[in-house]
Amino acid sequence: MAIALRTLDDGAWISVNDSRQVSVSDVWTLSRGVFCECEPAYVLLEGFFGTGVDGSVVVADAVGQCLECGTRDSIDRLPVGRIVDGEFKPYGPEGIQSTVDPGAGAVRQT
Amino acid sequence: MPSDVEEWKEELYGTDIRAEMERFAEEGWEAIPDDEHDAWFERFKWYGLYHQRAGQESYFMMRIGPPGGVLEPGQFRRIVEIADEYSRGPTDNPVFGNGWLDVTTRQAIQLHWIRIEDVPDIWDELEEVGLSTVQACGDSWRNIVGCPVAGKDKHEHVDADWLATELHDTYKENEAHSNLPRKWKVSVTGCDEGCGQGDINDLAFEPAEKEVDGETVTGYNVRVGGGLSRNEPRFARDIDVFATPERAVDVAGGISALFRDNGDRDNRYNARIKFLVDEWGPEKLRETLQEEYVDFELHTAGEDLRDSYSYNAGEADGKHDHVGVHEQVDGDYYVGLNVLVGRIGVDEGYELADAAEEHGSGEVRLTQRQNIIFTDVPEENLEDLRSEPVLEHYSPDPHPLQRGSIACTGTEFCSLSIVETKNRQVRYARWLVDNVELPEGVEDFHIHLSGCTASCAQPQIADVSLRGMKTRKDGEPVEALDIGLGGGLGEDPQFASWVGERVPADEVPGAIANLLENFAAARNDESQSFREFVADRDDDELAELIEPEETDYEDPFMHNTKRTWYPYAEDDDMDASPAPAKADGTPLPSDD
Repeated sequence: MAIALRTLDDGAWISVNDSRQVSVSDVWTLSRGVFCECEPAYVLLEGFFGTGVDGSVVVADAVGQCLECGTRDSIDRLPVGRIVDGEFKPYGPEGIQSTVDPGAGAVRQT
Repeated sequence: MPSDVEEWKEELYGTDIRAEMERFAEEGWEAIPDDEHDAWFERFKWYGLYHQRAGQESYFMMRIGPPGGVLEPGQFRRIVEIADEYSRGPTDNPVFGNGWLDVTTRQAIQLHWIRIEDVPDIWDELEEVGLSTVQACGDSWRNIVGCPVAGKDKHEHVDADWLATELHDTYKENEAHSNLPRKWKVSVTGCDEGCGQGDINDLAFEPAEKEVDGETVTGYNVRVGGGLSRNEPRFARDIDVFATPERAVDVAGGISALFRDNGDRDNRYNARIKFLVDEWGPEKLRETLQEEYVDFELHTAGEDLRDSYSYNAGEADGKHDHVGVHEQVDGDYYVGLNVLVGRIGVDEGYELADAAEEHGSGEVRLTQRQNIIFTDVPEENLEDLRSEPVLEHYSPDPHPLQRGSIACTGTEFCSLSIVETKNRQVRYARWLVDNVELPEGVEDFHIHLSGCTASCAQPQIADVSLRGMKTRKDGEPVEALDIGLGGGLGEDPQFASWVGERVPADEVPGAIANLLENFAAARNDESQSFREFVADRDDDELAELIEPEETDYEDPFMHNTKRTWYPYAEDDDMDASPAPAKADGTPLPSDD
């Protein structure tokens, strides 16, 4: 089943099948080294600039800022949810995340 | 590869959208196919309709854009009537009630909680008085901004109202210019004070004069590629072109067509013309304009008036806005009224419309500082106008800390915003007025609060710039603001330096109070303006002057307001949202 995935409204959302599913302005918890050297890093996502799928995992490219050390950077292929039986199931931003290495599958640690 | 948005626009855009919107209105919200929401909502923007954020599905923001912010007699009242009838939400805002209109920083009006089912009736009511929502949003010519007192102002050099109106009439609903790579913001300044804010627009016409064939001709110099959004602020670049008012219309069309053909349609984040100017430089842009987009010889730039610009110029004296009573060129007066954060409740809107008609011509103009102006008030009416009860709140002589406050829409309705803005800025302004003593001689002090880097409140050109952020406080993520200092326009415009990062929102009023106290203690003398004071110091010194701290200011919006369906609802949880809803407000089931 084809999934329609796109960023919307100047990068404010990830839209999945024409439904606004993942919003900017949440604080995501990322493991060390994914974004900066903080452990864990609490990263405010300020805008999405790309999205895609890796298997059943929906990933997003975003710009963000670490709330502890202030690093401002982009992050590629952040897992933001999964497609289960054709439906999108979002990950909570609080769970500790790593990014997806192409071909390696998604890493979600909690 | 063209973006989805480009594909949707290629399929259907411009005036063809209207019939489809009218069909959806007739059949109701549910007639918009679920799997075409993204495409339709993108197209609706061209007609000034913007789908509100998650939790508010089926409700829209509607934008009405009068060129130069000029609302002719009767038009302001009509907008108030429309707000009264159609702009009502499922629950109240604790500060503003239910039913209001927002004056924007681009001299437009925004209404919220609009239903697609009501849109054709609203269009009819607007068009009856000569107003429109066409191209208020979307990838095309947006509302043309300019001197809000054009045609009336003693400082006028060239009639900006004529050009703004001519550009509006020529390029709105013009098929050749209706589908651009991105938004297209145009400004026309006609006065020697610089109040059109041309430096932050995609295309700016600025007053100038030039000797042509032995005669001194009045017209405009042209600048291109200004804008504030996405952490990539640019001032418009001088492309060394002078145009008479008549030629300015052709030059504008040529640059718009150049942008249409050369802007980046593959990457929306690189699409604004500011990035094309970065890539090409002003010289190549001028050459391409001359060779491919106009059929007459362009003049080189004339002598401009920038050294006299006083609007938001950061000087201790000079006119920084249009608030107050000012004599017009014809001997009547215009009266600028302060609208705190730009929001006017419908009941007060009627009172303002009455006052404008009784004491002036009934014309109401909108400024880029979210304020309104009554024009054509005879001198003998000034006292009666001043004594109108509604002017106690919408004052021509407000406290400087209220006068200087601007706020964007924020998480109340906006998808991009990171923090709540309008109610917070009202609370900030009230607390500051009650608790802060302004340093001697400070009559203008601009504090702009923008919820994100889109910069709709134009934070980079304020004395104190506030931009939405998050931080962690007591182990929890809370709403916060970055603090910038020393921005402004004038002859040498300056973006604010971001010297305070991730300050918890409840510590910002304390930070501003401490900053002003430190400024008063450390400035050279009373003639030194705040902007001059900032310019004399490096970022580290400035950062030490902020000193964020908790005070008795209380902030009810520290939680993640974006995760609510409406930040002020008694039960604000997303699951409690009444949206989407039928036209009568009955909730519909949805997984959106």
